[in-house]
Amino acid sequence: MPLTQRDIDREVAELREAYEASRAAGAPAVHHPARDYAPYRSSALRHPHRPLVPVEPDPETVELHGPVFGPTDVTDIDHDLTRQHTGEPLGERITVSGRLLDRAGRPVRGQLIELWQANASGRYAHLRDQHPAPLDPNFTGVGRTLTGDDGSYSFTTVKPGAYPWRNHENAWRPAHIHFSLFGTAFTQRLVTQMYFPGDPLFAHDPILQSVTDERARQALVAAYDHELSRSEWSLGYRWDIVLDGPSATWIEEGRP
Amino acid sequence: MTAPENTRDQAAADGQGPHGSEPLQPTPSHTVGPFYGYALPFPGGGDVAPANAADTVTVHGYVRDGSGAPVPDALIELWQADADGGLAGAPGSMRRDPVDGGHLGRNGVDFTGFARVPTDADGHWTARTVKPGARPGHPPYISVCVFARGLLHHLFTRVYFPEDTRAHTDDPLLASLDAERRETLLATAEGATGSYRFDIRLQGEKETVFLDFHR
Ligand SMILES: [Fe+2]
Repeated sequence: MPLTQRDIDREVAELREAYEASRAAGAPAVHHPARDYAPYRSSALRHPHRPLVPVEPDPETVELHGPVFGPTDVTDIDHDLTRQHTGEPLGERITVSGRLLDRAGRPVRGQLIELWQANASGRYAHLRDQHPAPLDPNFTGVGRTLTGDDGSYSFTTVKPGAYPWRNHENAWRPAHIHFSLFGTAFTQRLVTQMYFPGDPLFAHDPILQSVTDERARQALVAAYDHELSRSEWSLGYRWDIVLDGPSATWIEEGRP
Repeated sequence: MTAPENTRDQAAADGQGPHGSEPLQPTPSHTVGPFYGYALPFPGGGDVAPANAADTVTVHGYVRDGSGAPVPDALIELWQADADGGLAGAPGSMRRDPVDGGHLGRNGVDFTGFARVPTDADGHWTARTVKPGARPGHPPYISVCVFARGLLHHLFTRVYFPEDTRAHTDDPLLASLDAERRETLLATAEGATGSYRFDIRLQGEKETVFLDFHR
């Protein structure tokens, strides 16, 4: 029997209830998804069975430092995904802006943010994406930028479409943008996805629901911000990103 | 805008952490998915060694899942000290061409310390680099970050070099592991000089030791 959305929804609900029961019994909040999350079927053979081995970082630990990037690593228009071809892409033009912070609230300056996304029809410019939605010759869907002194970033793009996938029968991913982020330490490395507010597919998506903590899930959803919309041009979304993990600064100044 | 967002904005506006209060909640991780391939990899991503480097090493291996099958859609990132143990790094890993927006490759002089290599259809990856220098209290090692479709949260591990046996006995991480698990962090020297094999097993038999820095 094919796996249905109802099957997945039930598994998601069971895992969420188990998490909430653990919280009620005093367990700490869990911000990141469990690597072993059955409703996302591809995780079954790709998560370690053994617990992670704790490393007590000291100032000489290589992972408390990290790669650096600079103006040679980006071009001036990399942050504008609507200007990478001779014509304009189809879709709803948007800006996504926010700040990159560490857990102490300090801005992460001059670091690389990369993003990639499907086009407005929900299709990636990737050979293996065979979703029968049109490719857009004026949209690739890849952007890069360096954060400013206040940790700020801004991208101009089009709103990606939802798309089907094969986790279960009639499975659809809510519209999302993939983000890749570097902090001052390799331990802070983050790859994640940003969502758009009010998407009816949230409840049915095992990837978003793999974050079982409600407040943590909300942190993946951008806010529509009318102040960021530009008259007769684009709609504005705001999304701040907080990097986890110790850094050299964290060791010097103590835990935030 | 939700309350957590406001707290976060306030903390950042002060330019410092919310002293005396809880740290900000981190943005959760998600899988890199299947379609990062046209966005994250870049030409020369595995060619970390500067053109004039005296002693280059090749580090390569396979990524396998819990059934032993190759993982053809994993992304491996490496971060390491330079040959003298320095961790300053340098920009320019993904140097760009301002004329056509393409990639120029590294400048051939600076050592950035960063590699990014997608696995191929066989689940195989290769990096050409220099052997990192030791840091006080640590034998030389390369830090590895693994991303993959199906992996909701990246995994960290380390490549240690087999010839540093003596220094390994002092390494706090290696010393904390039994022999069987320790072995998963040691690259194997191959016939060719400076060639090392390092396989990553995500699950099951000979499962690679993965690390947690968050304690
Ligand atoms: Fe996606």
